[in-house]
Amino acid sequence: MRISSKKDRGHWLLLSPYLVLFIVFIALPVAVAIYLSFTYFNAIEKPKWIGIQNYITLITRDTLFMQKVLPNTIKYALIVGVGGYILSFILAWLVAQLTRIPRTIFALIIYSPSLTAGVTMSVIWRVLFNGDQQGYLNALLLKLGIIDKPIQWLQSPQHLMDIMILVSLWSSMGVGFLAMLAGILNVDEQLYEAAYIDGIKNRLQEIIYVTIPAMKPQMLFGAVMSIVNTFTSAGIGVALSGSNPTPQYAGQLIVNHIEDYGFLRYEMGYAAALSVVLLLIIWFFSRIAWRLFGERD
Amino acid sequence: MAKFTTKTNPRYFHKSQLKFYFILAPIAIFMMLPIIFIFSQAFKPVDELFLYPPRFFVRRPTLANFYELFQITRASTIPISRYLMNSILTAFFTVLFTIIISVFAGYALSKKQFKAKNLLFTINNLALMFVPIAVIIPRYLIVQKLGLIDTFIINILSLLAMPIGVFLVKQFIDQIPDALIDAALVDGANDFHIIFNIVMPLLKPAISTVGILAFQVAWNSAEASTYYINNENLKTFAFYVSNLTQTTGNTVAGQGIAAAAGLIMFVPNLILFIIMQSRVMNTMAYSGLK
Repeated sequence: MRISSKKDRGHWLLLSPYLVLFIVFIALPVAVAIYLSFTYFNAIEKPKWIGIQNYITLITRDTLFMQKVLPNTIKYALIVGVGGYILSFILAWLVAQLTRIPRTIFALIIYSPSLTAGVTMSVIWRVLFNGDQQGYLNALLLKLGIIDKPIQWLQSPQHLMDIMILVSLWSSMGVGFLAMLAGILNVDEQLYEAAYIDGIKNRLQEIIYVTIPAMKPQMLFGAVMSIVNTFTSAGIGVALSGSNPTPQYAGQLIVNHIEDYGFLRYEMGYAAALSVVLLLIIWFFSRIAWRLFGERD
Repeated sequence: MAKFTTKTNPRYFHKSQLKFYFILAPIAIFMMLPIIFIFSQAFKPVDELFLYPPRFFVRRPTLANFYELFQITRASTIPISRYLMNSILTAFFTVLFTIIISVFAGYALSKKQFKAKNLLFTINNLALMFVPIAVIIPRYLIVQKLGLIDTFIINILSLLAMPIGVFLVKQFIDQIPDALIDAALVDGANDFHIIFNIVMPLLKPAISTVGILAFQVAWNSAEASTYYINNENLKTFAFYVSNLTQTTGNTVAGQGIAAAAGLIMFVPNLILFIIMQSRVMNTMAYSGLK
């Protein structure tokens, strides 16, 4: 029997600072969001209970949400979240094929963009993608003769989303990438040996039948990090274009829509309903990740 | 027959690895370009910023942009050093308290036996995917109710609950044998004694990792400054930088200043990570979610 399992309440003392902060800044906001989503609340009068009216409005009346914001969010989440995740794994695997010193250098180079703090970096992106011929991308493309007049990259609805995706992918090789790299490096060598005896023929089979199954926990951690990173960086469209709403709502994601309704129009109840939808989307993506790599279920 | 050696994680160089260099080199260049661009742009003198067609690399590096960055706030009542100091204080205390809070909670979740333990750990795992911005309005209302609007500590408080920190510490403490802790208990040590004298020294990689993650969040976060603070005196440098174009306008000279500010944001993160990278990788080996 463990001695430390004696009756004592020490664990609550140790847990209390974290629990208090967790409740105040994580659990309670989620609960309040769910409650407010069933109310009309304009931040001045008391919230008024209106049942599922906000959700009905969301589905039937908010054409902007259905036509622009939701498709944008799903497109962004699939490419940056899922695409970025797959890319993280591929890069981690490639890097793991090198000896220690070059591996460390490449890993550092691939990881470092994630240190650049998405929204803060937009000051830099605006220079690279500047709309006149002084912009670096425009100048380069003009010189190469690919375009004949400068393109308003960040103000044009056709390009804004692509640039948001490019920028987010670039900075998406964060903690998840490191975790997967560590996972790949720690796969037991004997597993590979046994697999080759059992008839594995090439490296792709090695990845599918040995590497990934052996590092499922890291794959799952990487997936969760990828989801978080995707939705945390989702304010980038507004940061890049410099306006909320973004030009013709081309880069409008749910996060921006929430801010638009909550802080610009003070329809906090409706904004809360949007928050709940966003939380459900995040939860949905993470369910898929747990299905794929989780050990329970 | 030669002993089997895996090709992953090789110990020696072999020419079969060259193909990976050929794939990775262009990717690495692509990844590095924007970062090189920040460095290059930050040190460009004004005439090079105005150059047409624009040139990517700086020819005659100068510190003028950094000087200008500190100058533009001269006219306003709040100097830039104020924002920087707020950021430094926020980062320092966020790192310190996140580490302490995460280690206490991680230790309890790893080595203590109590009923709600698995439930709490499961909830924490669920919270790993928590995105603060998603519930920014309720967070704002709660902060308001607590009377924390326009206080300096909200910069720190809003960042301290870090599920990933507790998770990583807990996973790492799981590797420490129970016998070590039981022996200390027999000697009459209490929890705090055990945490500070036995667990903490073995926990250096995890603490470094949590510290680095907390630093990144604190240094890069403009959430508190944007939503909870109206008093310019209490806002952080990250907020200042993300609003810089409003100060300088989207002018050519402003671009050099923006790059200088971007560089100040980026470099501390990079240096810390380079120093800590082997500890971080060590921690990541235990990051698996089951």
